[in-house]
Amino acid sequence: MNHSPPRGMNRRHFMSHLAGASAMVGTALALGQTLRANAATMGKNQKAAILLWMGGGPSSIDLWDMKPGANTGGPFRPIATNGDVQICEHLPMMAQNMDKVSIVRSMSTREADHMRGRYYMHTGYVPNPNVVHPSYGSVIAHQLGAQRPELKIPSFISVGGESEGPGFLGMAYSPFSVNSNGRVRNLNLGIAPDRITNRMQALKMMESDFINQRRGIAAAEHAKVLGKTLDLMSSRQMEAFRVEKEPTGVKERYGNTNFGRGCLLARRLVEAGVPFVEVNLGGWDNHQNIFNTLENNKLPELDRGMSALLEDLAQRGMLDSTAVMWMGEFGRTPNINGNTGRDHWARSWSVLAGGAGMKPGNAIGKTNEDGSRVEGQSYSSEDLMATVCKSLDIDLETTFTSASGRPMKIANSGKLIEGLI
Amino acid sequence: MIAVKVEVRTGPRWAIILGTNLTPKPSVFCMFYPSNVSLKFLGPLVLLLLGGGALSPAIAGRPDSENRTDNAGAQQVAQIDKMIVEVWEAYQIVPSKLATDSEWCRRVFLDIIGRIPTSDEATAFVVDNSNDKKQKLVATLLHDDLYTEEFARNWTTVWTNLLIGRSGGTTNGSMVNRAGMQKFLRDSFARNKPYDQFVHQLISATGTTAPGDENFNGATNFLIDKVNNEKASRATAATSKLFLGLQVQCTQCHNHPFNDWKQQKYWEMNAFFRQSRAVGRGMQAGMGNVATLTDQDFAGENGNNFAEAEVYYEMRNGLVAVAYPVFVDGTEIDRSGYVKQTNRRQQLADLTIKSPYFSKSIVNRMWAHFLGYGFTSPADDLGPHNIPTHPALLNYLGQEFRSHDHDLRQLMSWIVLSKPYGLSSRQNKSNVEDDPLLGESPKFSHFYLRQMRAEQLYESLIVATRGAQQNQSYEEQERIKNNWLQQFTTAFGTDEGGESTSFNGTIPQVLMMFNGDMMKAATSTAEGSFIDQIVNSNMSRTRKIGSLFWKGLGRKPKRAELALAQSLINANGGDFAEGLRDMWWVILNTNEFIFIH
Repeated sequence: MNHSPPRGMNRRHFMSHLAGASAMVGTALALGQTLRANAATMGKNQKAAILLWMGGGPSSIDLWDMKPGANTGGPFRPIATNGDVQICEHLPMMAQNMDKVSIVRSMSTREADHMRGRYYMHTGYVPNPNVVHPSYGSVIAHQLGAQRPELKIPSFISVGGESEGPGFLGMAYSPFSVNSNGRVRNLNLGIAPDRITNRMQALKMMESDFINQRRGIAAAEHAKVLGKTLDLMSSRQMEAFRVEKEPTGVKERYGNTNFGRGCLLARRLVEAGVPFVEVNLGGWDNHQNIFNTLENNKLPELDRGMSALLEDLAQRGMLDSTAVMWMGEFGRTPNINGNTGRDHWARSWSVLAGGAGMKPGNAIGKTNEDGSRVEGQSYSSEDLMATVCKSLDIDLETTFTSASGRPMKIANSGKLIEGLI
Repeated sequence: MIAVKVEVRTGPRWAIILGTNLTPKPSVFCMFYPSNVSLKFLGPLVLLLLGGGALSPAIAGRPDSENRTDNAGAQQVAQIDKMIVEVWEAYQIVPSKLATDSEWCRRVFLDIIGRIPTSDEATAFVVDNSNDKKQKLVATLLHDDLYTEEFARNWTTVWTNLLIGRSGGTTNGSMVNRAGMQKFLRDSFARNKPYDQFVHQLISATGTTAPGDENFNGATNFLIDKVNNEKASRATAATSKLFLGLQVQCTQCHNHPFNDWKQQKYWEMNAFFRQSRAVGRGMQAGMGNVATLTDQDFAGENGNNFAEAEVYYEMRNGLVAVAYPVFVDGTEIDRSGYVKQTNRRQQLADLTIKSPYFSKSIVNRMWAHFLGYGFTSPADDLGPHNIPTHPALLNYLGQEFRSHDHDLRQLMSWIVLSKPYGLSSRQNKSNVEDDPLLGESPKFSHFYLRQMRAEQLYESLIVATRGAQQNQSYEEQERIKNNWLQQFTTAFGTDEGGESTSFNGTIPQVLMMFNGDMMKAATSTAEGSFIDQIVNSNMSRTRKIGSLFWKGLGRKPKRAELALAQSLINANGGDFAEGLRDMWWVILNTNEFIFIH
């Protein structure tokens, strides 16, 4: 990167007191320069993934793997789609876009507790007291984001929720959380660029001093995040967060909901080169009154936002390079409980995946008549993760070394999901 | 011999002696005495006052109250040190050196009262030459009226987050009255309520959630959102996890492969909550959320079985099983659903506070609070599958805590005066591997660096902007703080009431520290601001610069740092105030400020 020479008396005077310019100062300098825009479309053909996270554990038996006629089937009817699958009648817009994704109906996992399930589905590992594993977004940010020096905004962005953390990959790969309006707080320092540079230089000196006192990893992590923050503050790419700038028609297509806006924001961020975006839609923990909640509340919001995203990505030619996933921490019991609800169920459930070269329009695997068991080959979180990584051209032989020196294979050595890739 | 229990509460110059179980009624004595009189002399005096002469020697012999000021639990501290050192020796680890006085002082303030020391407080400690200055500081922070409010505020914050979360009472549909919860906690911690009593009240509470109501009982807020839905699964999970360190929620649906607890046990614990009912009365003017927690006769899930009121659950094989209230240790209680016959939550509270898991779980939680990691990870999982790093020490502290009236302040004192708490966070060649971040189990051979919690940072910034928030009521201050915290908190909205924070070491946190409103106020040079006061004080220029370091970092500046400050002043064209402002901004943004170290 090129930096213009230092300008201004104050700055020169200041620098004469201190030795050693730093990367951090270099970044700060960019604030003082005319901001050179990176083309907003730079990310168009770069690989990326969008995870639509359904917090609470969505009832996939009512959405994607229906059991009409079975006593576990619930009241909803299946409808035909433009793919080779049937889905729930309350997802009519998705029915017109099932040619873009596939359903994996043979997920079988073991974690039916929210926190454990969240962790497992985000990392491919079960919780372990001795090591914190990196989540999807952190792994992909680490693998793809690192190859994109021009990307100045975080390479892992979570919309409307917190996702899971970077684990042993370190805070530099942690999710950057924004709400669906894309508003980022506290962006403006309100002082002259030269002065920012001075402050950053002084800060760098004190940070290094503390780091050099050997107090553990966390001190240095803090300095890295300072650098990332400066990058972000000085970047024209922050425009990508301004979802309100989209044409009215587009906004309406996605829906005037947090999830709809979140999906639209995800498209903008991927366009700007962000390799991983998670969009959160909560409220799926339907232990009671599930059918009413789904029909009138959850499904319309999901249907509009998700179908708009798939359509939009396809129209812009981005779907070939962007993997899209839909999942939560687990599914819900085939059995309908006394409160007209369904409880946690991990043994047989469905997720969706498509884009980035994954084969669309199919249902992979199947469950038995009442949905309580997978018939034949079943798949796990690590299998899905491996498949998505593969679709993003990430080498499945990649091995991370945790801070303790323990080698850990990417996606926990999951196997590819047959029929999806 | 008369069975008697005597409790002594002391302030700097007074003591209240409560004698209970005396017939025919309890006696209370209040006495004033010079502060240099050791409490050891009080023993015989008590005997004299009680006049019996034939009282149990337990009165004079109880160690807890006397130890408080003269040796602050030296015996327990020595035992902690011994057991920690044994592990160092076994692993051939040489521990780090002791932390400097300023480091230790800052740590203790942050951990006990939730904020950094002011420059006066830090200097006073550092210049004190007495041998027992650490004991004195700890006693002051724990017992001096000067700090009661901040002490209570800090622990109220910690426990609010545990009991109802950062978002409890702030989301739609929540019946929690946050102010009510905090009032209960604040009273409990200000009065140093014994921990067994405290927990008993939380588990068995009935009454109204909101202060101002005639049946107000703030403790109800813990369970108010957790008993109605999903067969009280949140109440079951939270109570077991918080007070026993048992993660039973994993066994709700099936016998867990990584956990010895069986599904049956989950539902037996769950049965204790099935008489409980929360009734919401909505928002009321001047009171906020109002709801009532009551116990009602439970007819069993069948609906007509009051005598043996049962719950049902479905096993994985599809068969349905039945469960009645049985505590985790196998103790069965009367199966009656009639509240008059068996109040299930009362019984659960009684059983909980007697359990060995009860004292171990609080000891582990407190150890993790002060040392950064508990003896198990996570600290609230003491299940049989999770072997503690220092099992003997955990047992010992649990027993001591129990035999010292479940006194949280004594427990805190033992921990903060122990050797491991006093070590530097600077590692040496031999203990660099002792780092839980590397996946190693903690040996506590150096102090583990950790971020301030969001609330600690907030209160510390208030110290740094002293003057900005002086005249608000406690409730108003809490409300402002809570608004600020909300920007970092997301509730998952699941039946476990999970939530996460984007605070720790993330870009939003750094942005807030770079540019947030609080930081703008903290680094203001306006009239009356911190910087303005320093600039206009009578100190020398060097002292003025130094005071920034004392205030932010609790230490004096190094020579290079004085030069750094001078550069910043020069860069501002010699404007002293603006230079200090830049320096202050830098100090507050350093890792040294934001970490507890």
